[in-house]
Amino acid sequence: MKDANESTISGMQLRMDCFRTAYTLGLMVLASACIGCASLEPVKPWEKGNLAKPAMAFEGDRLELGFAEHTYFSKEGSTGGNGVGGGGCGCN
Amino acid sequence: MRIVSLISPVLMAVFSALCGLAHGIEKGQPAPNFSLPSTNADTSASSPISLVALRGKVVYVDFWASWCGPCKQSFPWMNDMQTRYGSKGFQVVAINVDKKPSDAAGFLRATAPVFSIAYDPAGSTPQLFQVKAMPSSFLIGTDGRVIATHAGFRDADRSPLEQSIRQALGIKE
Repeated sequence: MKDANESTISGMQLRMDCFRTAYTLGLMVLASACIGCASLEPVKPWEKGNLAKPAMAFEGDRLELGFAEHTYFSKEGSTGGNGVGGGGCGCN
Repeated sequence: MRIVSLISPVLMAVFSALCGLAHGIEKGQPAPNFSLPSTNADTSASSPISLVALRGKVVYVDFWASWCGPCKQSFPWMNDMQTRYGSKGFQVVAINVDKKPSDAAGFLRATAPVFSIAYDPAGSTPQLFQVKAMPSSFLIGTDGRVIATHAGFRDADRSPLEQSIRQALGIKE
């Protein structure tokens, strides 16, 4: 009887330990999820070598972009390019 | 207690990340020392260069990279300053932060500097100087303290920068 009691206690303790471990693990996962992106360092000014490459520019080719914009605002009849209200004389 | 001990390293990480956002180096502060591999333009010999070894000179520390457009504009000006004031105790040290040495070599062939070039591909020196822009420069006095800091390089910057160099060298108008 005594032995059985002891085994139940140690069983409960084991379960408590499991619960605690799961709880702390859960907390760690939660904490790392919360600060996961915050701990990512932004690119430093001296590390922008790759960002400065032409392939990283918004437009592939400036000349081509110029032509495309010219066609665009000629068809739209709004000189001044994208995003800004133009004259609208349609004279280009 | 366990939770506290678990969370405290996380908090410390957050705080250290925040401390990284501290202000840059300002006037009057002693400039952080560095010791980097370098090439000397006069002798084209490679030897380590350190700021402490240049104590007694007015040093213009410039951070540059081959991919940085204004850096290319600043090189002829720095050449000019080095030839004009080199004999009066002025030294330009341009620290390259390119990851690939071949990129820097191409840039240097085109610009032909007459001052010292140091190499820091790991970027620890710009970290020390808390560089905020490319190029960035620090004028360091004979006592090793920062006299002036500058970010970027435009045409209009030439004469005020030269003025502060002349002032640091004690050259009267």
